[in-house]
Amino acid sequence: MAVAERAPPARLSRTESAAPRLARGGGAARRRRIGLGLVIPLILLVLWEAACRVGFIPPNKLPAPTAVFDEMAGMAATGELFGHIGITLYRVFAGFFLGAAAATVAGSLTGYSRTCRELLDPLVQGFRSVPSLAWVPLFILWLGIYELSKVTLIAVGVFFPVYLNLMSGIQSVDRKLVEVGRVYRLSGWKLVRRVLLPATLPSYLVGLRSGLGLGWMFVIAAELMGASKGLGFLLLDGEQTSRPKPIIGSIILFALFGKLTDVILVTVGNRLVGWQDSFKAQSEEGENAAH
Amino acid sequence: MLRISRVAKRFDTGVTALQGVSLEVGRGEIVGLVGTSGCGKSTLLRIVCGLDAPSLGEVFIDDTAVRAPRPEIGVVFQEPRLMPWLTVRDNVKFGLEGYPKARQSELAAEAIGKVGLEKFADALPKQLSGGMAQRVAIARALVTKPQILLLDEPFSALDAFTRLKLQDHLLGIWAKDRPTMLFVTHDVDEALALSDRIVVMRGQPGRVHRDYPIDLPRPRGRANVAFQAWKIRILDDLDLTSEG
Repeated sequence: MAVAERAPPARLSRTESAAPRLARGGGAARRRRIGLGLVIPLILLVLWEAACRVGFIPPNKLPAPTAVFDEMAGMAATGELFGHIGITLYRVFAGFFLGAAAATVAGSLTGYSRTCRELLDPLVQGFRSVPSLAWVPLFILWLGIYELSKVTLIAVGVFFPVYLNLMSGIQSVDRKLVEVGRVYRLSGWKLVRRVLLPATLPSYLVGLRSGLGLGWMFVIAAELMGASKGLGFLLLDGEQTSRPKPIIGSIILFALFGKLTDVILVTVGNRLVGWQDSFKAQSEEGENAAH
Repeated sequence: MLRISRVAKRFDTGVTALQGVSLEVGRGEIVGLVGTSGCGKSTLLRIVCGLDAPSLGEVFIDDTAVRAPRPEIGVVFQEPRLMPWLTVRDNVKFGLEGYPKARQSELAAEAIGKVGLEKFADALPKQLSGGMAQRVAIARALVTKPQILLLDEPFSALDAFTRLKLQDHLLGIWAKDRPTMLFVTHDVDEALALSDRIVVMRGQPGRVHRDYPIDLPRPRGRANVAFQAWKIRILDDLDLTSEG
């Protein structure tokens, strides 16, 4: 009963293990992508340095990149810098995990159960329309000026994008796949685990990613509000003491850590959702094949 | 084996899709349901597999009423409906929850072998052609060794060549385990090639219009005179001219 079939597509060979895995960018394509991304930042950096060296930009407004680097390296040598970085990372991660965990529970409930949605969603949407920074005075009043109020503020920022993406993700799962689950008599938690959760993973990851971005935004807000340590504190301290070097250094560190955590999340995420038949996956595979 | 007793279906919207449909399918029999679109044949199949409840009447399997999806029924939908995050093998294993792991692998390998996709067991659905994906769906339905196989226009989305191949393929699978098969199609050729009996449905709400035993010898040549005579007769029953 063997049926003649077309030769297997070449890309099959890459998925020999049972675990779905994204076709990773090949070495050449990856180097090319990173290299191209660096070209413009490097040119700007060189221009900036040159402009400072020839005295085109006054150093009390915008110090040269090498001067910024020296300043930060000095702070790193005394260990002071790592203390600031450490506390900021701690706040972002604590807030991110708290906010994401709460959003995962709430979003699963409102996505899966219509009663929960009708009961809870209007309230959550109402809170969402409060600008998150408006909570600051209340949190400080309730939770004090120290870590708890900062972490809570970040968690609130992270909560909404994760919640919204998860809820709408669950609601938009293909009815046809859910029916397959029903044919095999899956319901409740089994249906959630075997059909709804995996199908929702792509939009859940989008939510986590924008949540993480907001987490970084809110950590600055929290630290500007009152802190004695952290990258946000360095910004404020630089302003109050008229030193642009730590300000620019902190901004660059925010950019680096923000990008780094995003890349980690995306890399982990892509491994989990490599099964998607998307335009992006297809164009990347095509590009790899071409190299 | 399978008994549909005076089934009617009225949707919440007020549309009546089926009225007084009764039908019996014997063990190991292949029955094709044909009808023009909108005559409720897919609705009937959804009721038989327990996804929708009838408004009136009942469906029995060996005197047990069907009120929800049952393990002795396997379903193949019009689309493959594979879980895109699972490999072919894991998709086939989908309905085997609760079986011991070793048994799952054994049954899955057997079902994948039946549809001739051993080489693609670790592929993801996005890497399969339409015909291959539908064969995986057939394997998924067969893996639990159902006594009854329900197919809702299983090949209608495929090109003509693939369709012919898969029809033969399905007959080959049927010849081994002889499950009872009830399938919906709007392709009279397909119904004639596969069925022991053809049930013609008509009207809105849909009713059983004719029930023909097809006594053509197997394997059936699609070009011979008897085949064509049946085709003319059934097309005539479908009364395509006054449709509307």
